[in-house]
Amino acid sequence: MNEAPAAPAENATPAPASAVDPTKTRAAREFEYTSPFLACRFDPTGTYVFASAQDNTIQRFHLESGERVALVGHESWPRGLAFSPAGDMLFSGGNEGRLIAWPAGAAPIEPARVGEAHQGWIRAVAVSPGGSLVATAGNDRLVRLWNATDGTLVRELAGHESHVYNLAFHPSGVHLVSGDLKGVIRQWDVASGAEVRTLDASRLWKYDAGFAADIGGVRAIAFNHDGTLLACGGITDVSNAFAGVGNPAVVLFDWESGSPKLVQLSKENLQGVVWGLTFHPDDFLVGATGGGGGGSLLFWRPDAEREFHRLALAATSCDLALHPDGRRLAVAHYDKKLRLYDMTAA
Amino acid sequence: MQCAYACRSTEHSIARRSFLGGMLAGAGGVLGGAFGGFARPAAAQQLASTQKRVLVVYLAGGVSQLESWDPKPQTDTGGPFRAIPTSVPGIHISELLPYTAQQMHHLSIVRSVNTNENDHGKGSYIMHTGRREEPAQPYPHLGSVAAKYLSPEDAALPGYIHITPGGNGVSASEAAFLGPRYGAVTLGNGEPPRNTKRAESLTEAADLARNDLRRRLNDRFVARRRTAETEAYSYSYEQALKLVAQRELFDVTREGDAELARYGTHDFGRHCLLARRLLEHGVTFVKVSHSNYDTHNENFDFHIEQLGEFDRPFATLVGDLAERGMLESTLIVVMSEFGRTPQINHLYGRDHWGTAWSVVLGGCGIQPGAVIGKTNENGTAVADREVNGGHLFHTYLKAVGLDPHEEYVIGGRPIAMADPSADVIQELLI
Repeated sequence: MNEAPAAPAENATPAPASAVDPTKTRAAREFEYTSPFLACRFDPTGTYVFASAQDNTIQRFHLESGERVALVGHESWPRGLAFSPAGDMLFSGGNEGRLIAWPAGAAPIEPARVGEAHQGWIRAVAVSPGGSLVATAGNDRLVRLWNATDGTLVRELAGHESHVYNLAFHPSGVHLVSGDLKGVIRQWDVASGAEVRTLDASRLWKYDAGFAADIGGVRAIAFNHDGTLLACGGITDVSNAFAGVGNPAVVLFDWESGSPKLVQLSKENLQGVVWGLTFHPDDFLVGATGGGGGGSLLFWRPDAEREFHRLALAATSCDLALHPDGRRLAVAHYDKKLRLYDMTAA
Repeated sequence: MQCAYACRSTEHSIARRSFLGGMLAGAGGVLGGAFGGFARPAAAQQLASTQKRVLVVYLAGGVSQLESWDPKPQTDTGGPFRAIPTSVPGIHISELLPYTAQQMHHLSIVRSVNTNENDHGKGSYIMHTGRREEPAQPYPHLGSVAAKYLSPEDAALPGYIHITPGGNGVSASEAAFLGPRYGAVTLGNGEPPRNTKRAESLTEAADLARNDLRRRLNDRFVARRRTAETEAYSYSYEQALKLVAQRELFDVTREGDAELARYGTHDFGRHCLLARRLLEHGVTFVKVSHSNYDTHNENFDFHIEQLGEFDRPFATLVGDLAERGMLESTLIVVMSEFGRTPQINHLYGRDHWGTAWSVVLGGCGIQPGAVIGKTNENGTAVADREVNGGHLFHTYLKAVGLDPHEEYVIGGRPIAMADPSADVIQELLI
């Protein structure tokens, strides 16, 4: 089931390239809630920002009015959020294993469809570029593809040997990648379900003998707009798993060769994890980090190991999303605030 | 924050000479009569007819009560896991423990533990001795108490065995004034005590001959100069020989592949199977440590991993003890040094929390399928039937038939066997 990428949503107005200057990034607005946030996404029309929270809800904020609407239906933390290309449906995956489809523009918002998708946590959800498929990644070591329209299971992709932490469709829609706890990236042919190859992001994983446990995983994942680069984010060089002492890192792959192009780190010895990643159409990568070193936005060029700009944030960050206009970023924070950052000059 | 529960320290890695030295010192402590034991020894005699055993599973680093025995789903502190029903109607535990949930009718949960101690070492001491640390007065650990008062005098195996991922050796200090003979013999990674295998260059006949010679020389020496020290010397050698003779007991592969598979092929599975073997063969006190739960960072992912490993072997062990009729004589305790904070920190972690947490008991003398005490709605405080380490220690002793109100006599000075400011959790006992 290959598909053509959908046309961009009509309401989003991409910024002229010259208008965006990451070094001018500044806090523009914040939305408060009563529970720490986990994940965030703008809807493709650019009207709302949605953020999930530790109280098992998803909160929809209207960007202009600030009006808040709660999406109630998960019994655990909703960590995976993804939109249909047109923005009419939000798909969310929860740590209880449930995949829910929500009519994103409604008020009040009731689940349009609820399905038990995985045994154990769903950690990530992605929608195919054409919008026909929803992919979910679970602690049952499986990736599953669902029909976006009726919720039926289309295909099951088995092969991961540890919990699957994240996934993303290639912009062509032909392939899907999924990354696990041990930094194994598996590339799947969407139409057949066949595994095409594996990529090595094990730099983002460590077995800590003192702790007798694995630490790390592919916490964030993103393709660039033309699909020539794949970025996987997480933590590396962990020296103390108990306290999460390690450095945020991105393993950047050249998609054609499948080889790690470089590992991107922070200039300072910044403790934390890359929890969110997004490629900007202007060819820079943004990572949101959180951990002992506090929250930061790191901006990397795809040919440099260290960031060209870092913005320290008010609190540790948990996820990141890019507005369709290309100007704004949303960051989900642990301190119960969802903050918007503007990348244009004031 | 680092802790050293999976201890790989060199002091735990000792040679046979040191091992025998420990035995010698232990025997000296006992046979020398420096410490008298019960002031009223009738209690000990009473126990001789039915040997009780104790299994402690120690979840080192501090398991989260919210991710195990006292889940609080749908609250601000509850985290992402759900509660599941157990084999006891009305009792729910974390979904991370599906196998243990099916053995709940053999177990009971104390959900109202407040030890008011957030330090690893001090918390561990409280849970093993039932008391707070006193600089000038060390108290014996539960394992040492059990070894002294529940083990037959002529036991072929040490009374207190600790199976841990860490180093191999002995920990005589845990016996305190009971004497090092009752300290823990530690089986690092479940391996047999070091240097208990007869050297290949020594034939069995030669080994027997040299021990016979040693005995005759000892006997001649003792006939003229009988002292506590000489008796201790002889005791230590005889005990070591018995241990060497039973070395294969520590080899779990003798259980066969099917049994190994049932318990799980990872270390903790193997260690639980070894615990069963030891208990079946008369070891009085077996502690199995599972590490590490000190999850200041990524509490939830780490608990998935650690409790995922703990659940099936532990449940299999409980089921096997029940099936073999051993639960009537074997007390089971699952403990940590403390629980973890209800508040989830910015690293998705939970910190140390001795204020309101849980301990699980089962088997010998324990009311099965009970829940004692409770915490408030989001688990930040004990709401009913608060107990501390002293209450638990009293209860452990009472459950195996010892009277926690008895006294040791140390150099003529009486010392209460269990903290006199606490008492048994009566409703937990049969």
